[in-house]
Amino acid sequence: MAVVEVDNLRYRYPRQTTLALDGISFTAEAGEFVGIVGPNLSGKSTLCHALIGLVPHFYKGAIGGRVVVAGLDVHATPVAEMSRRVGLVFQNPFTQITGAKLTVYEEVAFGLEYTGVPREEMVPRIEEALRLLGLWELRDRSPFALSGGQMQRLAIASVLAMKPRVLVLDEPTSQLDPAGTREVFDAVAALCRQGITVIMAEHKIELLAEHANRLLVLHQGRLVADGTPRDVLTRAVRGELENEPAPAPPVTEAAAALGWTMPEGGFPVTLAEAVAVGRAVMAGDSEAKSR
Amino acid sequence: MSAVIEARNVHFHYTPGVPVLSDITLTIGPGATAIIGQNGAGKSTFVRLLNGLLKPVSGTVLVNGVDTRTQTVASLARTVGLVFQNPADQLFKSRVIDEVMFGPLNLGFSRDEAETRAREALAQVGLKGVETRNPYDLGLAERKLVTIASVLAMGTSVIIPDEPTIAQDHAGVRRLGAIVDELAAAGRTVITITHDMNFVARHFRRVVVFGQGRVLADGDAASVFSRPDILHQTGLEAPQITRLAQALALGETPLTVEQFVVLVRRRLTGSS
Repeated sequence: MAVVEVDNLRYRYPRQTTLALDGISFTAEAGEFVGIVGPNLSGKSTLCHALIGLVPHFYKGAIGGRVVVAGLDVHATPVAEMSRRVGLVFQNPFTQITGAKLTVYEEVAFGLEYTGVPREEMVPRIEEALRLLGLWELRDRSPFALSGGQMQRLAIASVLAMKPRVLVLDEPTSQLDPAGTREVFDAVAALCRQGITVIMAEHKIELLAEHANRLLVLHQGRLVADGTPRDVLTRAVRGELENEPAPAPPVTEAAAALGWTMPEGGFPVTLAEAVAVGRAVMAGDSEAKSR
Repeated sequence: MSAVIEARNVHFHYTPGVPVLSDITLTIGPGATAIIGQNGAGKSTFVRLLNGLLKPVSGTVLVNGVDTRTQTVASLARTVGLVFQNPADQLFKSRVIDEVMFGPLNLGFSRDEAETRAREALAQVGLKGVETRNPYDLGLAERKLVTIASVLAMGTSVIIPDEPTIAQDHAGVRRLGAIVDELAAAGRTVITITHDMNFVARHFRRVVVFGQGRVLADGDAASVFSRPDILHQTGLEAPQITRLAQALALGETPLTVEQFVVLVRRRLTGSS
């Protein structure tokens, strides 16, 4: 059964005349890693916020359609209740860190304390979350003595400790360096393998192509493509998506220019795929020349 | 190359015994220079030494030949425009237009001139119709563009955007790249800290790699990106297209998709 079900979602912020989300429908299963791409202001953050109920409960505005996440009708469920099943990681970790706790360890404990998780269950959950995000060694630091990248990993760890069924991340790596970015993607991919559904809005298409099993492309509040990274990015480099809302990874653009296709059709979307296809082409070429 | 910025044996720490920069010697002239390296490598600290916000613990930083120790931040601001990584460190006015006019007004321009410059700078970064908005009502991407416009409006000869591409979409990154190209072509000195290697490869002639407070590598983009060993030391990787060329042993270091495609076509049609 789908863990996330969005059916004809339409939403307008207060005092706005245009729809921020305009007829969005998709479903996601347990353990899926769904990437949301599209230009800024295309509705990526709004859609993320709609999955936990901040849209419409916090932002108000006018909403239509249906959003069911982890079996709960989001429009009829308070955000506090949703947050036990859905974890939301904001773009800026400063937005997320409580400021009420003195150490990294206590920060991760905060949500668990707040929801009355017994101590004997809290301790292993905190340790697991901190280790998964590579923060165990920093557990006694002040959250505000962390680098931006470390702070974002702390924000994710805090959400993870709540054992959400769905993890929603809104451009979680925009403030991170390449090493921190890879760590976040690797950690998130590991969570998927444990059955958590991940929905991530992100501009870093090279990494999404590698880790996500699905891409949703938004443009002006509409869902203009939904498919595997290969399907969506092949269409993107062929110019089949209106207004070019989704850039493709450089290796996909290069493969398209050179006509390097995968045996199963479509263009390579990761470095490893492009290397394999490129090597085959080069080998075939030198064989032809030696004949 | 004429030296606009000269750092000689610069050491810096915030806390004695915890070095942040160790013996940095660098000369930077007009054109586009990128500083790359992982978080904590000392990049942001280094650029704060260039506009005098910080002074070296030992060693010297010269801007147009003048020691930053002998100048106030206010006087250096006429030459060096620093765009902070975090807009919240920079923005303080309640309207975008006032924010962007603040710099030119401080430089002594009239209100009319300052407003003209502000509007031009906002147009340059692609922000339209936001003049009367509060910067904090804008999304992070647009807020970053306001901070960049604020510095562009001052027309300083040295411009230092600290991680300008954060949160920008594809179109935003392209626009910023075009701005870097224009400034460099006009003989201005652009020094950018960034984690976006595709952006570096496309728009920056020179690349300086920082790691643990030292300069690990310094050269043109192709030579730096052909050293995966050095990049690895500071958690970086060459642009994806460059890594593809390396994996296919093409023997050259393309920096863009276009260069890669030309290289492969030449290889495939060339005689064996």
